[in-house]
Parts: sequence; structure tokens; C-alpha cells
Amino acid sequence: MSYLPYAVAAWICLVGIAGIATSKNLIHLAVCLSVTQSASYVLLLAVGYVKHGKAPIFVGLKLGSKAVDPVVQALTLTDVVVSLAVIGLILALALDAHRLAGTVDPDRLHEAQG
Amino acid sequence: MTWIPPLLVAIPLLAAAVIAGLDHITPAPIQHAIVLAASTATTVLAFLLLWSAESHEVVHWFGGWKPRHGLALGVDFAVGPLAAGMCCVIALVVTLALVYSLTYLHQAARLADALLLVALGAMCGFAMSGDLFNLFVWLELMGVSAYALTGFLVERLGPVQGAINFAITASVGSYLFAIGVALLYARTGTLNLAQIGQTLSHGRSGGLAIVAMTLLFCGFLVKGAVVPFHLWAADAYAVAPAPVCAVLGGVMTDIGLIGVARLYWTTFVAIDPGHAVGSVLLWLGCVTALLGGVMAFLQRHLKRMLAFSVVSHIGVMLAGIGLLGTSGLAGAELMFLAHALLTAGLFFVAGVLHADHGTIDELRLRGCGRGSWVPAAAWLAGTIGLVGLPYVGIYLGHALIDERAPGWAVAVLWLGSALSGAALLRAGARIFLGWGDPDDPLLGKPFDENPHQHGVVRPLLVAVAVATVAAGVVISVVPGLGQRAEYAATRFESRRGYAERILYGRPLPSPSPLLIATRHTSLSSLLFGAGSAVFAAGLAAAGLRKRKEIPAPVRVLHALHSGVVGDYVTWVIVGTTVTGAAWALLLR
Amino acid sequence: MTRRTRVVVLAPALVGLGALFAWAIAGLPAFGDYRGPYGYVLNRIVVPLRHTTNVVMGTNFDVRGVDTMGEEFILYAAVVGVTLLLREETKGRRVERRTQRLRSDTVRLGGVLMVAAGFLVGIWLMAFGYITPGGGFQGGVVAAGAILCIFLVGSHRDYRPFRNEHAFDPLEAVGTGGYVVVGLTALVSGSAFLTNLFGYGTTGTLRSSGSIAVLNWAAAIAVTFAVLLLFAEFLETYDRPLAPEDT
Repeated sequence: MSYLPYAVAAWICLVGIAGIATSKNLIHLAVCLSVTQSASYVLLLAVGYVKHGKAPIFVGLKLGSKAVDPVVQALTLTDVVVSLAVIGLILALALDAHRLAGTVDPDRLHEAQG
Repeated sequence: MTWIPPLLVAIPLLAAAVIAGLDHITPAPIQHAIVLAASTATTVLAFLLLWSAESHEVVHWFGGWKPRHGLALGVDFAVGPLAAGMCCVIALVVTLALVYSLTYLHQAARLADALLLVALGAMCGFAMSGDLFNLFVWLELMGVSAYALTGFLVERLGPVQGAINFAITASVGSYLFAIGVALLYARTGTLNLAQIGQTLSHGRSGGLAIVAMTLLFCGFLVKGAVVPFHLWAADAYAVAPAPVCAVLGGVMTDIGLIGVARLYWTTFVAIDPGHAVGSVLLWLGCVTALLGGVMAFLQRHLKRMLAFSVVSHIGVMLAGIGLLGTSGLAGAELMFLAHALLTAGLFFVAGVLHADHGTIDELRLRGCGRGSWVPAAAWLAGTIGLVGLPYVGIYLGHALIDERAPGWAVAVLWLGSALSGAALLRAGARIFLGWGDPDDPLLGKPFDENPHQHGVVRPLLVAVAVATVAAGVVISVVPGLGQRAEYAATRFESRRGYAERILYGRPLPSPSPLLIATRHTSLSSLLFGAGSAVFAAGLAAAGLRKRKEIPAPVRVLHALHSGVVGDYVTWVIVGTTVTGAAWALLLR
Repeated sequence: MTRRTRVVVLAPALVGLGALFAWAIAGLPAFGDYRGPYGYVLNRIVVPLRHTTNVVMGTNFDVRGVDTMGEEFILYAAVVGVTLLLREETKGRRVERRTQRLRSDTVRLGGVLMVAAGFLVGIWLMAFGYITPGGGFQGGVVAAGAILCIFLVGSHRDYRPFRNEHAFDPLEAVGTGGYVVVGLTALVSGSAFLTNLFGYGTTGTLRSSGSIAVLNWAAAIAVTFAVLLLFAEFLETYDRPLAPEDT
């Protein structure tokens, strides 16, 4: 039980990558990319957890009492914004691909080869 | 001079915010002026920083959060001469690309300039950063601006597809990197590179550190277009506009390798007592050099050819880094300098050809360049610089790598540069001299071109191209550059010294004065360089003649570079798993 | 590769990667057994030093403020990138559309309440970001999302003020560039970039934390307008002629 969160993070990553590699739709692919990245969120937050620790917000919580690691939470916040940026770009590209090729299937976009 | 490092990031980023925010308000000349002022200022400051970093490590702790009792709390920029040198080249190439794009890009030019400035700030930040997560942030910022810039010419499917392949492949690499960051943080409890190195040097290596190292390195290798993570590179460079290609192919790809070197020498050297990590990197480098060279020879699209030439030189540089020694790293550094300028220059010349004739296909351009003597000279000079004729262009860097490399590696690396050089020479002969057959099935099928750029000021484009190539060509003979590169590499490679300077503020021992003379290289390197130039010329001449049939291995290679992003991601995972298994076996 | 070949190549690679992950996880400390010094040290010193009770935001905007600056520019670059990539999409579609009105009053009432409540929550998250859980980013996203609900429950015309890119571009630039300017003022005054030089005030009140509060608002403004701009860009591609009965 004490390694379950880490195993979940690893599973999410692998499933997400499997989804990306076999996707038939760019929108689905963008969501799979987001899923893959959430593996890193889960792992970061799991790594920073302190047993019986409260959130590191010291309003009503005495200074010095057990609190979880604030650094990984800050890192996760930054990660989420990165994900937002990349997904936004990929969705815009998917719209362009649909306009130009009539399809959002990455396997059927045939320009670049060799 | 610790006030300079943040400025190298803050000035371009602030300028980008200003011009994108004022997009509808201020007229174009003011925006151009702001862009050029910001990037020129960054270049000047970078050179100032280089001069200052020679004598001491320039360390800037953001927010004033200096280390307490040897525990690093804040984020730092730690700049030695190697990092400062990188910033100089980056700023120089981006400035040249911005000048070029003044006349080359017309529609939405301001947004493109803003993104190029953002990329400049991010690359400088990446080169200087001494914190693991901070490296990730700059990596992502470079990536996001690059994906958007690749898809700049949205009227055709090619750019869109190139951008999609680039964005998804590079993002998968980055997310693996993020997982690696989490793992390393769990192992060491800190994000500062110097501190991580200290912590790792006290314990056993263990699976956690090795897997974290695999994920972190592979994230950088995806960005650095190393085989088998390189498949996105040709697709992306083929379709981006020429100044963007110059920045992407000239500096942004190379900087992934510097990230690998930095991570290794500040942290993972502690778990690698037998220097086994480098052998995998050396192998990867050699394979990349060869494959890049072969693929370059099989292209008719000039920018794809240049992309594969970039890949082959990346291979040589990675091999230099993988040798885990001073001359290897110094060689990689010097190659970066020459290669960045020469590749950017060649992309600029390709842009001129496209503006003149509306096509970038070597076969369609056959003979079109007759009479354009200046671009022809620039192309020839750039190509010879990339082949490595003694004392031209990349020669000195390559020779320094040879000093440490085993014999077979030396041969393979020279072969790789020769192959890509042969491709470029063949293209030059066909375009500017009109030699060769008008068609060749070996080079693949015709492709859909990017839209023609109109209204360019040709003399400016040619001037920028010539200046860039000229700067790149002379790198090998600049007196004292070789010795300084070696000194920079020595500083870079001392993990314990770095940790003491960063965490405890111990000053640097004063260096012995460095020679100001062109560095001497061994006879075998001279022979290899000359031989490789002759070989490239011969291969180019042979390549001008049409092949009757395409050999099967060539068909397999073309099929592997399929343009389908699912395949690319598959190869990234295969590459990560294989290198991870190799390091697991070597380091356990 | 065909899809079949791809799966055949990928499956063993994923299994191998999973094995590497398992090996790494075996070396991790057990869940809840956080050992590293970084988090413990920050939990102890940030509150007394900076008078901010939300240590996560203190880390984000002060201790690791330069990461957040990079992150803001990632969002900024994404907005500029989306504008760049969708500029062809919108050609020829700039026609005034008939609006489609929601038929159900209940839905419209519920939507209005959501917009109001969401916006207030967003502003509260932004304002008290450095005291209680929240922050500029979170508040910005919530507020922008609440505003998007206006589009869902109202008409195109109701939402049009929030698609005003000409006004929002400079405002977003103010937020993003403002962050850098705050950092530069510290640099110019002789300290390190992004040093917290403003007065720290009283812990637990709105007037505390020095530059953390300023950067928090800069981030909030930047994120709100960035997300609204993203919505505006994507909505521009969405304009579609409606059937005549939907007047």
C-alpha cells in the first residue's frame, strides 16, 4: 500500500504514451498527452507527502506543526500551466490540419516523408 | 558582474511581452527597433559576461536566497566560461535571424519576432541555470515557442504537420524529463544541481538514480535530435521559414546536448566512478553521425538535407561529450560554435534560393543558381566548413574530439561529417553549376513547396548569410580559442569545485595565463580532415549521376522516417528503454 | 510502420519502461516518508521571513520566483502561438451571426448564478492567494472560466466584450511584463533579481508578503487575460451560420 501512488503514476504514464502512439485523432492525442503529464503531477505530489501532515498553509495551523512539502506543489502548479500551453498549441494545430487536410487522423496526414 | 545573467533572460522576455502586447498600437518600425535593440543588447551583455566568467564563476541567486549552511534554497544561475560562450553564440545567431526576418517574414512578423525573443531568453536561461526544475521550465519555454514558430506558414499542410510532429514528440520527451525530476528530487531532497551532486556522492547509486538519469538524459536527447529521438527534426526544419530554421537547427537543437553535459558533470558523475555512462553516449553519437550523414545524402529538399546534416554533427558533438574528458568536451564546444554559425548561414542561403526561385528542391533548382556568385560562394564556404577541411570551420572541434576518441570512433565520426558534407556539395554543384542529372529516384518523390516569399530585400538576406558563414568558417583559426575552450571544459568538469563555489562561495584558484595562438592538432586529424574533404567531393560527384534503382536499405530508411507521429513516439520509448537498460547493466 | 507493426514494437518497449519504473520505485522512500530537507526548511522559514501564510505561494513567487516567471511566459508564448497558428482559420468568417437564445429560463438562471459565483470565487482566490489556499494562477483560471459561462448561457452579443483582443493583448502584456519589471526593480536597486524588497506587513492580512502580493496580482491578471484570449481565438473559428429558425 505504501507504494501504490507511485505505481499509479507509472501506470498513468505508460497508458498515456500507449494512447499517444496509437491515437487516431489529434484531439484524443492531446488528451492522452495531458494524461501522460499528469503522471508527473501524481509522482511529484506523492513524493512530497508527509504522513499526518497538513497542507502548508499556516492559517490556524501552528508554525512548526507537520506539513507536507510545499515545493512539489509549486512545481506541480508550474507543470499544469505548461500542459495548458502545449495542449492549446496542439488543438490549434489540429484545427489547422482539419482545415487543410480534412482529417484529424495523424496517420493520414501525408506531407512529410523520407 | 553578477547582475548580467538575469538580464540575458529578462531583456528578451520583457521585449517580447512589450511588442506582442503593443501589436495593434505601435507602428512596425518601432517594433522592429525594439526587437533589434533587445537582441543586440543581449548579445553585448553575453560577451561581457563571457569576459567576466573567465576569471570567476558568476553566480546569481534569484530573490537573494543564498545558500545557508551549504543548503541551497533558491534558484541560481551559475555561469562559467562554457555557459557564457553558449549564450554569446545563441544571442548572435538569434540577432542575425531577427535581422534576416526583418525582410523575409512579412505577415504576422511581429508575433514571430516576439516568439524568437522568447526563445532567445529561454535558451540563455537554459544555458545558465543551475537548478534542475528551472532547466525544465526553460526547456518547455524553448519548446513552446519553437512549436508555434515551426507552424508559422499555416497556409500549407506541411508546416502544420511538421509542427504537430515536433510538438508531440518533444513534449513526450519533456514529460519523461519531468518524471525524472520527481524521481531525482525524491532521492536527494533538493533541486539545486550542485547540491544534488553532493548528495549523490555520499550514497550508493541504486536503481532510482540510474532511472532518473535515463529519463533526464533522454528528455534532453529528444530535444537534441539524437538517434532514435531525431525523427521530428527533418519534418520540422523542412517547413519552418529560413530564419526560424537557423535558430532551431543552429542553436536550439545543440543546446540539448549542453544540458546533458551539464547534468552529467554537476550531478551524475558522482554515481559513475568507472565513467561508463559515456560509452552509451559515444555509441549513440556515432550512430547518429552515420545515420544523419546517410539520410542527408538521400534528400532533395534542401532544408531536410540541412536538418540531417545538423543531426550528423549533433552525433559528433554527443560523441565528444560521451568521451568524458576535457578535450572531448572542448571539441564539442568548439564544434557548437562553428556549427551554429555555419548551419545558420546555410539556412539563410537556402532562404535566398527560395525567395529567388520559389522552390527548395535540389532537382528543381538545378542550374537556377548559375550567376548568383555570392550565394554560391557562401554555400561552398559553409559546406567546406561543415566537412572539416583542416583549419576551416568545425575542424578544430573535431580534431580535439579525435584526441581522445578510440580509432574506430574517429573514423565513423569523420565519415558522418563527410557524408553530410557530400550531400551539401552535391546540392551546391547541381544548383549553382547546373551539373548532374535532372532527376534521381534515389532522392525520393517531389514534394509540395512552401509558399513563395515576395517583397524581400535580397541584398540584406545575402549579406546576413555571408556574414554568418564567414564568422563560422574562421572559428578554427581564431588564436587562443582552442585553449580557452579547453580551460572552459576543465572548469565545467570539476564537480567538487563547482559545488564548493556554488554552495560555499569558495573562490576559484587563479588560472595560469592562456596562450593566444592557433591550437596545434595532430597529424592524423589533419589527414582525416583533408581525406574527408576529398571523400566528400568524390561522393558528391558520384551522387550527381542518377541511380537506376533504389537499393532496399534506402527504402527502409525512407520508410522509417514516415512522417507519422505515432511512429516517432514509439521510437522515443524504444530509445529510452534501451539506453536505460544499457545504463542499468553498466552501472549496477 | 503500419499500426500493427507499431504496436508490436511499442509493447515490449513500454513493458521495458515499466520495468525501469518499477526498479526506480523500489528505491523510493515509502509514501508519507518524506525525508528531504528542502520542504521542511521552507515550511519553517518562509512564514517568519516573508509574513505570508501560504507557503506554496511563497515558494512560487519568492523562493522560486524565476520559475514562475518562465511559466508565465510559457503561457504567453502559447497565446501568441495560438494567435499565429489560427490566423488563417478566421479569414472570411467575420460575419455577424444570428444569436441562438437558450430556451429554458431555469438553465439561464443557473448559468448566471454560476457566472457570478465563479467570478467571485476567482477574485477571492486571487486576492487572498498568499494567505489561504489559492493564488494568482488558480484564481485567474477560475475567473476566466466563469466568464466563459456567459458565452454558454447568453448570446454571442453578450460575450462580445470578452473577445476584445485589442484591449486584452496589452492587459496581458502588463501582467506578464509587469512580473519582469518587478524583478528588474530589485536588480536595479542593487539586490538580486526578484528580491522581495517591498514591506512585509502583518502576517495573515491582505497587506503582507511584500512583492509576493504584487507578483500574485501580476500573475492573476496575466493568466485571466491569457485564458480569455485563448477562448477568443478558438471561438473565432467556431462561428457558424445558424438555421433561420434559431433567430
